[in-house]
Amino acid sequence: MAKYGKDPRAIGALVRDAEVHRDVYIDPEVFELEMEHLFPNSWIYVGHASQLSKAGDFITANIGRQPVVASRHTDGSIHLFYNRCPHKGVKIASEPCGNTGKFFRCPYHAWSFKTDGSLLAIPLKKGYEGTGFTDTQASGGLSRIRNVVVYRDFIFARLSENGVGFEDYFGESLSTIDNMADRSPEGKLAVEAAPIRYMHTCNWKMLVENQTDTCHPMVAHESSAGTAIKVWQREQGESTEKPMAVQLYGPFMSPYEFYEQSGIRIWPNGHGHTGVANSIHSNYSDVEGYLDRMVAAYGEKRAHEILGEVRHNTVYFPNIMVKGAVQILRNFIPIAVDRTLVESWVYRLVGAPDKLYERALMYNRFINAPTSIVGHDDLEMYERAQEGLKSNGNQWVNLRRLYESNEEPDVTAVINGTSERQMRNQFHAWAKFITMDMDQGVEAAE
Amino acid sequence: MISEKTITDFIYREADLLDTMQWQAWLDLFHPEGRYWMPLEWQQQDPVLQPSLMYEDLMLMKVRIERLAGERTFSQKPKSRCHHLLQAPQILVCDPAAGIFRAKTSYIYTETRGDTLERFSGWASHDLVQVGDELKIKLKRIDLVNFDAPFGNIQLFM
Repeated sequence: MAKYGKDPRAIGALVRDAEVHRDVYIDPEVFELEMEHLFPNSWIYVGHASQLSKAGDFITANIGRQPVVASRHTDGSIHLFYNRCPHKGVKIASEPCGNTGKFFRCPYHAWSFKTDGSLLAIPLKKGYEGTGFTDTQASGGLSRIRNVVVYRDFIFARLSENGVGFEDYFGESLSTIDNMADRSPEGKLAVEAAPIRYMHTCNWKMLVENQTDTCHPMVAHESSAGTAIKVWQREQGESTEKPMAVQLYGPFMSPYEFYEQSGIRIWPNGHGHTGVANSIHSNYSDVEGYLDRMVAAYGEKRAHEILGEVRHNTVYFPNIMVKGAVQILRNFIPIAVDRTLVESWVYRLVGAPDKLYERALMYNRFINAPTSIVGHDDLEMYERAQEGLKSNGNQWVNLRRLYESNEEPDVTAVINGTSERQMRNQFHAWAKFITMDMDQGVEAAE
Repeated sequence: MISEKTITDFIYREADLLDTMQWQAWLDLFHPEGRYWMPLEWQQQDPVLQPSLMYEDLMLMKVRIERLAGERTFSQKPKSRCHHLLQAPQILVCDPAAGIFRAKTSYIYTETRGDTLERFSGWASHDLVQVGDELKIKLKRIDLVNFDAPFGNIQLFM
């Protein structure tokens, strides 16, 4: 029996001002509704244009559970289609990335498509004459996704035909992507390698919430970051220069006061970031030659402005997190209600010294890999929550830290950095976007 | 004199120290500048400017090992255990005059915790040097056959 059906009131009731019902994490029906409504109604990250540098280059991805393929057409434009041959449904691209040449060719019956998705040729075409084929959807080639925006080389798409436009959806939150790209003296980022992939046996939203949860690092990561500090202090000997590894681990153990005054900024539609005034990324040592290149490119004032912005984690609702200061994007890809694939990408700052890329790669394997001790700490918490939420003792998850009864939804504000308001902000957006295309008058299915 | 058998025995002993969780004795097998490397690409050449799952010096390995015993290491409640099944090592270089010794060992590795059990396959490559009468690890390289797949937690050493 469907508990929620397509009833926007029943779904909306899962999200209270400062609490959410456990079903948002553990109910398979709610997960299905997310795939059917929330992901199509939202702008989802597909990939980076540097992965499509030449005509014929393609990447595959999933939007929610919908398999898609993005390609670079001969005229330089980027196109996005459902990854499915219009004939029998076979995926036309099976690899994460590649170059298809001048056209895609389905491996099953050799239907072929231009890199803008249009039908190029079908073998034995005569067999379709007079069959009404030209009136079918198949004759139009690969099914296109029309709402695609490439912002500073970041490719986003919205599957739903109707909905909130890209600029309105992201608004000022795009400033984090701007800052990450501006950190290149040429204003350009490049993907040079595959992401680190890490399977999580938990709901995808637990990962997203954790990105702005500043009250967990000094607790959950005492085992990893705390031990790293302890070992370094014991073994450093005469050395006064902190190795890069200790610089990356150490700040996780910052006290509550540090996170309180660092601040959180929230934006409409569920976006927000930690690290407004400063962050755990503030005190990395300078990389030789980098500032000079930045000043040469941007001038003294602008270069310092760019590098002075050290935001910690920026959540782009619903399911990515961007770290401008270390050039990392984490994509929380929902697989099932209790299964999430995390792909963590590193971008190279084009024109910047190698040392910055080395640092970003190091950060990524320290924090985001299945072999990462920080990752082990976090996944343990998510798995225990996924299990613990089955308990009938309490059906609600508490998000009340620094809640104020007059909180307005969908505003821009800077608040205390230990507030759980960004999580409340995400759930407000969740309820809004999942119900957006549901009939507001429909009763819950019996 | 280091022989091929010395290398083979060293590799078997190394795996046994991991399986029996004699962490300090295992760390003692490393040269002070030794590294433990798990690449993330096929036949990867560069551990620094290409992504890896792990590329760790002795200090980072010590952090991992101390963490395993930590009072507040919640991902080790319950504790993990591991098992190495090794094929006979293939000796690539055994040159006592130059002090260079290299071997490649095909393995199946099992890591278990609580009710879960994960199994991995790959090749371990050992770059060894002679220090006094003993061999020490300069580099232990772990190439998983499916390095590009998404794994859950891998908390011990392969």
